[in-house]
Amino acid sequence: MSSVATPAPVSGRRRRRTKLQRRQSRLAWLLLLPALAVVAFVAIYPLGKTVYQSFTNQEFLAGITPTKWVGLENYRTLWHDTLFRNSVIETVKFTLITVSFEFVLGLVIALVVNSSFKGRGLMRAVMLVPWAIPTVVAAKMWQWMLDDVFGVVNDIGVRTGILSHPHAWISDPATALASVCAVDIWKTTPFVALLLLAGLQVIPRDLYEAADVDGAGPVQQFFRITLPLLRPAILVVLIFRTLDALRVFDVFYVFFGQRPDTQTMAIYNQSTIVGDGHVGYGAAISVAIFLIISLFVVIYVTFVRVTDE
Amino acid sequence: MKHRALLIVAGLVGAGTLAVSLSVAAAGTSRPAAPAKAAAYPAPKVPNAAAIKAKYHGQKITFVGDSVGNGHVRDLALAKRFTKDTGIKVNVVPHPAASDQAYSDLVRNFSQKSSSIDVAMIDVVWPGAFAPYLVDLKPKLGKQSKIHAPGIVAADTVGGKLVAMPWFGDFGLLYYRTDLLTKYGYSKPPTSWSQLFAMAKKIQTGEQKSNPSFYGFVFQGNAYEGLTCNALEWIASAGGGHYIDNGKASINNSKAQTILDAMRAQIGKITPRGVTSYQEDQTEHAFDNGDAAFARNWPYQYGIGATAGSKVKGKFSVAPLPHGANGKSVATVGGWQLAVSKYSKHKDATIEFVRYMTSKPVEKFDAITNSNVPTIPSLAKDKQVYKTNPYLKPATASVARVARPSKFLKTHYNEASKAIFQGINQILNGTPAKSVLPALQSKLNTILKEK
Repeated sequence: MSSVATPAPVSGRRRRRTKLQRRQSRLAWLLLLPALAVVAFVAIYPLGKTVYQSFTNQEFLAGITPTKWVGLENYRTLWHDTLFRNSVIETVKFTLITVSFEFVLGLVIALVVNSSFKGRGLMRAVMLVPWAIPTVVAAKMWQWMLDDVFGVVNDIGVRTGILSHPHAWISDPATALASVCAVDIWKTTPFVALLLLAGLQVIPRDLYEAADVDGAGPVQQFFRITLPLLRPAILVVLIFRTLDALRVFDVFYVFFGQRPDTQTMAIYNQSTIVGDGHVGYGAAISVAIFLIISLFVVIYVTFVRVTDE
Repeated sequence: MKHRALLIVAGLVGAGTLAVSLSVAAAGTSRPAAPAKAAAYPAPKVPNAAAIKAKYHGQKITFVGDSVGNGHVRDLALAKRFTKDTGIKVNVVPHPAASDQAYSDLVRNFSQKSSSIDVAMIDVVWPGAFAPYLVDLKPKLGKQSKIHAPGIVAADTVGGKLVAMPWFGDFGLLYYRTDLLTKYGYSKPPTSWSQLFAMAKKIQTGEQKSNPSFYGFVFQGNAYEGLTCNALEWIASAGGGHYIDNGKASINNSKAQTILDAMRAQIGKITPRGVTSYQEDQTEHAFDNGDAAFARNWPYQYGIGATAGSKVKGKFSVAPLPHGANGKSVATVGGWQLAVSKYSKHKDATIEFVRYMTSKPVEKFDAITNSNVPTIPSLAKDKQVYKTNPYLKPATASVARVARPSKFLKTHYNEASKAIFQGINQILNGTPAKSVLPALQSKLNTILKEK
């Protein structure tokens, strides 16, 4: 007969599973099976197919070239591909700039909106408007606003005297990256603020009250209470934003199209597969992007775990 | 609960703002009334409509058509007439404005063997790439193809199969403001690029005093297929070749370098700095809004500028593009064809649609309402056509045509054109030509070697 499970076994000795536990475990697997099947179909199969294609020379308009296995040739070409290298650098630059600005600004906004003031509810609703606009629409909007002939940004800048003459923010290579970063920061800071706000609301008030009693100032409270307790939310925010930023496509595509100096990894990938028709080589690029992004995730998870008290 | 009231207010404010801005956006288009023009000259009736109706009534076909200028409006008018007369429903889908993107869409469609597209507008440089996926139109439309310009029909014939029917022609033109030339003391348009730069500079300096958005010269400088066409005109007119000559890349030469650097020096000086993001629509907007002295564009722009209500009506004309030092004027040949997908489920009904669209009355309709170049030579002499399309006068129409090197590149044309327009866009954005052309030449040679 099955015995009642005993609590807290001695560490180091494996616990023998009871029939009940085995039955529950089987039920758990059965319940998870549909979800796992969907994930396998939607994520694992395409990923596997892409990896397979990266070892072939498949083309879209195949013509007379039969698709055959070419081993690591695509990866060898990729290693020497300066356009790909530049696109990775461009994407990493974009990621570092936007994630840091969004994090700092988002944290400030979250702290402000967390405190009580009149109209706080309205403020919380309004601050989400940029995030709610579809990315392509927001990009198109900003493209018109930043135009050097009839854009409103240049108009205001020249009238108020900040700018001596209209500047081609998007066309000029010197300000191109800055303009696209600005648009992304405008759009995504509310999302960061929202996630951090959720994290802030979980921190119990009495910790702050106790700190007040102990004589700690607001800055000390921030670094000793708020930040440490916010760490899980910060980790989530940073992983989300970094992964999104590394895969950026929409804003760059609307602003720059196929312009060579501002291509991101995702744009270069799409252009190779759909524009040039090189499916095999494009698959190798996709795998490389996947590995680069995984690297960032590993860095984050390791870094945060190491400093956990 | 007082938060709830505030959130409701915020929601209402947001919804109200959205409604107001949408209605402002809908009302605020300042396009001259092209539909009015089309009504004045109606879409021709379909010949032999009764017989077609008897056989194909009720079938639905999808036509991937134009999106530049008023092309979509024209397509809708013709499709409506065709449906009315024959009962064949035509679903008109405008293709992406950038030609290289339209190419990618078709590539994906054909590689999936999809039946979702029956007939598509294809660029003059694509028949070689898409030939294996298109229906041979010679059996049913061979007779009709004989009234079209032989050169274009030859470009549409691949391996003996007529894979597309000529639809309308295209070549680059120099648009110029006749009133401004007179105002600043010029009796005729420029014949060389250096003349154009000087004239544009003088006019711009004078006009910017009253209109700070005025610029001397606008063209298509964005990194897309249109730049390949524009730059071919500069380079070939300066004796710098045609990107690829005799099967080998020829772009890295001193004449090409000189003219490209000369253009680069003008960006932001006689052109808006943002011209490196301009496509056809931005060029046309700038010129037709009165903000440019010179513009390079296709013939379609003529009709829009000449419409009643246009700011430049009666104040502009066209001329051959200028040439480089010791060169001669050229025009890049463009033009669109209609091709039937071999995966279409309604090939015969689709071929009847193509027969209608490429017939003489419809090409005349297109020439008069959209100022597109007819591919039927006898139409160029038609009085009505000539009146609305004065660029068909021999002085402009007989300029030497140069073609993009699609016949050497076949299925790899898009990839090679991308290398070209990306390189030239880089030059225009500030990189000296000598840093870009050698790499571009070797890239083109690599692509030429691909099977």
